Amino acid sequence: MSTSPSTFQLDIPEGLVASTTLFRDEVTLHTDKASVLALLTHLKEVQKFEMLTDETCIDYYPKELRFGILYQLYSLSRNIRVRIKVMLSEYDATLPSACSVYVNANWLEREIYDLFGIVFEAHPDLRRILMPADWVGHPLRRDIPVQVEENAFTFNRERVDADKPRPTE
Amino acid sequence: MGLEQKLGDMGIVTTSVEKAVGWARSNAIWPMLFGLACCAIEMMSTQSPRYDMSRFGMELMRASPRQADLMIVAGRVSRKMAPVLRNLYDQMPDPKWVIAMGDCASCGGVFNNYAVVQGVDEIIPVDVYVAGCPPRPETLIDGILKLQEKIKGEKLSKWQ
Amino acid sequence: MVSESTKIPEQQLVIEDSPQNTVSTQDVQLDISVEQLKRLVSPRALTGETMLLNMGPQHPSTHGVLRLLLELDGETVVNCIPDIGFLHTGIEKTAESKSYIKAIPLTDRTDYLAPMSNNLAFCGAVEKLVGVEVPQRAQVLRVILMELTRMNSHLVWLGTHALDIGAMSVFLYCMREREMILDIYEAVSGARMMSSYIRPGGLWRDVPASFESLVKRILDVFPGRVLDYEKLLKDNPMWKERTVGVGVISGPDAIAWGMTGPCLRGSGVNYDVRKAQPYSGYEQYDFSVPLGSAGDVYDRYRCRLEEFNQSLSIIRQALTRLAPGPVITDDRKVAPPPKHEIAYSMESLIHHFKLWTEGFKAPEGEVYFAVESGKGEYGVLLSGDGSPKPRRVHFRAPSFNNLQPLGPMAKGALLADLVAIIGSIDIVLGDVDR
Repeated sequence: MSTSPSTFQLDIPEGLVASTTLFRDEVTLHTDKASVLALLTHLKEVQKFEMLTDETCIDYYPKELRFGILYQLYSLSRNIRVRIKVMLSEYDATLPSACSVYVNANWLEREIYDLFGIVFEAHPDLRRILMPADWVGHPLRRDIPVQVEENAFTFNRERVDADKPRPTE
Repeated sequence: MGLEQKLGDMGIVTTSVEKAVGWARSNAIWPMLFGLACCAIEMMSTQSPRYDMSRFGMELMRASPRQADLMIVAGRVSRKMAPVLRNLYDQMPDPKWVIAMGDCASCGGVFNNYAVVQGVDEIIPVDVYVAGCPPRPETLIDGILKLQEKIKGEKLSKWQ
Repeated sequence: MVSESTKIPEQQLVIEDSPQNTVSTQDVQLDISVEQLKRLVSPRALTGETMLLNMGPQHPSTHGVLRLLLELDGETVVNCIPDIGFLHTGIEKTAESKSYIKAIPLTDRTDYLAPMSNNLAFCGAVEKLVGVEVPQRAQVLRVILMELTRMNSHLVWLGTHALDIGAMSVFLYCMREREMILDIYEAVSGARMMSSYIRPGGLWRDVPASFESLVKRILDVFPGRVLDYEKLLKDNPMWKERTVGVGVISGPDAIAWGMTGPCLRGSGVNYDVRKAQPYSGYEQYDFSVPLGSAGDVYDRYRCRLEEFNQSLSIIRQALTRLAPGPVITDDRKVAPPPKHEIAYSMESLIHHFKLWTEGFKAPEGEVYFAVESGKGEYGVLLSGDGSPKPRRVHFRAPSFNNLQPLGPMAKGALLADLVAIIGSIDIVLGDVDR
């Protein structure tokens, strides 16, 4: 794979990246909230990572810094991928929006806001995107259970059936 | 079955209004052109040359709920879609029928989670459930034939 | 944005928050409040100079349940604001509660026009995370099935896109040909659409004896059929009138918006995951990547049609490479043992039991694996936590990213052209909303 570290070098200014990890030939740059925008700008303008392939969030519940925001960047001219990771605490789940650097971060960040409740500062249009506007909570957080309806077996079928909502005429 | 047997071959068939109306209704169902997810693709296949749903008098899909009398709920219904679906159902004129096509529309299918309504019968009354994920076109056609039988046996008083 | 100087008195607003003028909110939830709406539309909408129109989610030309809020100046689109999520299924959340093998059927249901691509993206990510090698025969079969899937996806696209623009017969032809591909799906996996055939480490089982003859039939029939589609549309003046110069997006813009697949290549950017970062041995096949130049609806259509021929060429090459051999890895920690082995081997029985009850454990870490599906780069971001269930599965859906620039693309277009643009970016709402 062309993403192996032997084939490319990233000269990133001092202080922007806290550490670099390599897992299965994939490079992840760990950074923090304060320098993520500067790092993204540097990677786009200087290192020619033209495309923000993906931006998403992973919930590491029950760790203290539970949210990891991942930016998946791709450079068309150099044919390499790099990932940026920012860890966030539940009590300070805000991050500067990447929309000013990568324009397609708009919907990706709206999705993260919708499903995880991360607030992106200076986002042009931060609304729910997938869930109804009046939805309460952020469903992809890992402390929210998956199932909404009890599995029906012979012994509890009648009760489950009675609990089911029915249409009103 | 009654009078014409006694009177001989007069070219007249007697039946009840109910049966005549049921027969007419069952063979000219206009489904609503409305797909949600994977099952909608199989619904398209049902109308494609190989399966050809028009053999059963229901090739005329109407995009407007005002002109349709059958709603085939083809696919999973999300919580965001549910009010829209109910609104569409309410706009359809009586008499109207509903087929829940596929597992997701029938009971939520594999998606027992926050986003999917656990069976469309939570929001609208359903006449025929078609199982499968997605159901084969033959299964959908079978469901439609079942619905036609059901319509033939319906009482006029049901739709006042 | 409404600045202070252009702000109009409240009573002149078209969208008033009074009971008479608003859509009844009990029936249809307005996803945008009036305050938010003011920020999205131009100030002219607030004076009544332009008209606001709702399109969808139940509209035959939106390819599913896409909803668009349109601001129109006569027939011209001033603003187009897509509203998605009407098919949000929570697949990512459900996949977190299933073991790696049991999550595969969920991936079928994201982009339901190309189930095998999704299977491969997910299984590729799992293989990368766990570190499994895939046997040669499985790789070749995967390539054949991937290309059939691409053709399957393009056939539905061509049929519905042409139907939207008004060419009814193309739809019937495309659906007829699609059945041939679905027959192969059924022969290999038993299901017409939701195959779940590709598994971590290889394939579920070997293909049946009829497989090669079925594929050869497609190779015989298809080139002529593709020619038929071209004859129907390529030089058709009505088709060209509706597509040439419509929905133009430049190459740099397409990159900036994260578009991939034929939408990006229609703008002349040469990016194909099969070439750039090959998987399943795509580097051994000789094929070209069709490129457009204008970036309009017509060029995207030309790219996809040419991809039919490239796919056929890849399948032809792959058939010659198809040699007998195992189709799934013999690593019993990942792949279940063959059924007959269970009868006499205690160890196999234990492996079988462990795999189907608990599943295999994956190490902690994140991997990203992308394939080129019919719609673009379909990526899976998988995060393992050392247990048999993933911590997070995220699908990098091509349709989601391709749909985002619809607003800028539709700006200034005619309302009728909007339908052509939506058709040309080939969205599947299951993929957009997941």
